[in-house]
Amino acid sequence: MKQDQLKGITRRALLSRSIATWALAVSGAGFIAAPDAAWALEVAVITPEQMATLMQMARDIYPHDKVGDQYYAVAVKGYDAADSKEMVAAGIDELNAAAVAQGHASYLAIGWEKDRVKVLQAIEKGVFFQKVRAGLVTGLYNQKEIWPIFGYEGESFSKGGYINRGFDDIAWL
Amino acid sequence: MVAKFDLNDDSVVVIIGTGAGGGVLANELAQKGVKVVALEAGGRYLPEDYLNDEWASFGQLAWTDTRTTSGDWRVAKDFSGLPTWIVKAVGGTTTHWAGASIRFQDHEWKALTNYGKVEGANLLDWPIDGAEMAPWYDKAEEKLGVTRTGNRPGLPGSNNYKVFEKGALAIGYTKVHTGRMAIQSSDETGNRVACQQTGFCFQGCKWGAKWSAAYTDIPEGEATGNLEVRDHSHVAKILHDEAGKVTAVEYFDKDGKLQTQKARIICVAGNTIESPRLLLNSASDKYPNGLANSSDQVGRNYMRHVTGSVYGVFDKPVRMWRGTTMAGIIQDEAHHAPERGFVGGYELETLSLGLPFMAAFLDPGAWGREFTSGLDSYENMAGLWIVGEDLPQADNRVTLSKDARDQFGLPAPNVNYSDHPNDIAMRNHAYERGVAMYEAVGATRAFPTPPYPSTHNLGTNRMSEDPKLGVVNKWGQTHDIANLFISDGSQFTTGAAENPTLTIVALAIRQADHIASEMAAGTI
Repeated sequence: MKQDQLKGITRRALLSRSIATWALAVSGAGFIAAPDAAWALEVAVITPEQMATLMQMARDIYPHDKVGDQYYAVAVKGYDAADSKEMVAAGIDELNAAAVAQGHASYLAIGWEKDRVKVLQAIEKGVFFQKVRAGLVTGLYNQKEIWPIFGYEGESFSKGGYINRGFDDIAWL
Repeated sequence: MVAKFDLNDDSVVVIIGTGAGGGVLANELAQKGVKVVALEAGGRYLPEDYLNDEWASFGQLAWTDTRTTSGDWRVAKDFSGLPTWIVKAVGGTTTHWAGASIRFQDHEWKALTNYGKVEGANLLDWPIDGAEMAPWYDKAEEKLGVTRTGNRPGLPGSNNYKVFEKGALAIGYTKVHTGRMAIQSSDETGNRVACQQTGFCFQGCKWGAKWSAAYTDIPEGEATGNLEVRDHSHVAKILHDEAGKVTAVEYFDKDGKLQTQKARIICVAGNTIESPRLLLNSASDKYPNGLANSSDQVGRNYMRHVTGSVYGVFDKPVRMWRGTTMAGIIQDEAHHAPERGFVGGYELETLSLGLPFMAAFLDPGAWGREFTSGLDSYENMAGLWIVGEDLPQADNRVTLSKDARDQFGLPAPNVNYSDHPNDIAMRNHAYERGVAMYEAVGATRAFPTPPYPSTHNLGTNRMSEDPKLGVVNKWGQTHDIANLFISDGSQFTTGAAENPTLTIVALAIRQADHIASEMAAGTI
């Protein structure tokens, strides 16, 4: 997501939306939605702002400009669970403390990727960062839905392999 | 008709492990009329079960029992609980292997003689040589249906191969071709289905085009009525009598119940980590340092080949994942030429990974745009893998962990490995040549990637003429215990530059011949 949109969602609209949701659903549930409402991610246990922070972390750790936010959301949505709640809260506190130490209001409030990366570098040896990064290796790249974005075709057995479908079709060499 | 032997039948040969060593040995003995019980820790999977999905397949097949690591190799940092990438299943790692089937070069059987003493290395000559092994290699190539041997044509070149070949020729290499592969290349030259260029060779060939003991030697052996394979049977300990001869194995069966199978002869083929671990875990009052370990060499001299990969990124698509994973080989650097700054040599072989494994192995632990910009060009990548001779070192070894236990409560293996300076020099040379190849054909970027968890695991029960210097003799028979054999890659005295499976198979065929004739003669 673009930083200004993220800021917009999390710091104003999203928080107010989540409060509104709270009021309506009485379930404590909140959600993160794309600015154009193309997708939405509900959160049940952690806060929408914590989820937005995890999503931004995910994009800053493995930035692919052609991969949409919804895939990063899927990659971290597993942290919205009771057994992750404390880890997420403590980890994001650590992240925000590192941001404050570098002169920012919070990690999400930082406008530029290179400044956020510096904050991440300050915590990259820590357990929280390593857990999030390692989880993304499968959480992000093992989503079959993103494979076509990279051109990867996945299995081919069901189509009879590539023997007649271009295993040797390179023409530019 | 599949055999069923009694636990108290002490006339059987018990084989532990059913991969390239144990699976072949089991079939070869069964064909000769020898009764065999093969105990396999993993389950049974056939081509219809294999999953063409990297992580799902890894979950299905990989050996992920508790292990620990130490030493300066990067695998210990990146994959601290996963030193190897091998298979736990009937057929063992022949399910996963890519199929490259090349013979040792003659000089490699005598590494100490030909390389001379290398400081820090524990080099030794094999007690056998190329002439001794030639007829066994012939049989192994026939069994596996190796391309470019006999009347079998080579496989056609894939996109990844074409880039590789053009790069090789551009920098002056001449020994480049689509490999000697245990993959059926035509409908007329074997009983398997011909390769359909589907990819996913590492995940088990769904066509059965690649040789795997799982669907060749194992069912052939079972069909004789002389072989019983018990899957989900994890061997815990080898027992012996007062005279020191081995008599039985204790194993955990499907239900986790401890069983004892008696045996006339025991052959250990659990791969280079598990085989020494089992000997060490079988320590007794008579053998306090573990079975067959009077030399103190059990577990030592662990080798895993000098490996690493090079990927070239181009301005147009390559689609390296299409077709056989290992689609070609360059052998121009395989010889021994110390003027390059290292002893021994290396092969270059094409390799491809799917996007999920590329993300996991490209630069483990790395993050940020340098990393992701590489992956962004995934479709435009060509890749190769380095397979070179690493040097045996006494302290590169498998030991029993003091603290870590497996799911049965048995001491887990620790795998300690540090690169020898010769290994580092060879790897850097290969990286440089790989990058040069791809740049010579227009790569806009080329980069090395570090070694993956080891698939070529060798040397921890090494073969030696002198019983003081190794664990087994030239037949794979332990120096200390006449009816205890080692039948896998842990027998390797040195690793050579070649993918080890063909040599493991050739040694197993030869060992079966020896065991059967010794049994007939009544000497064991």
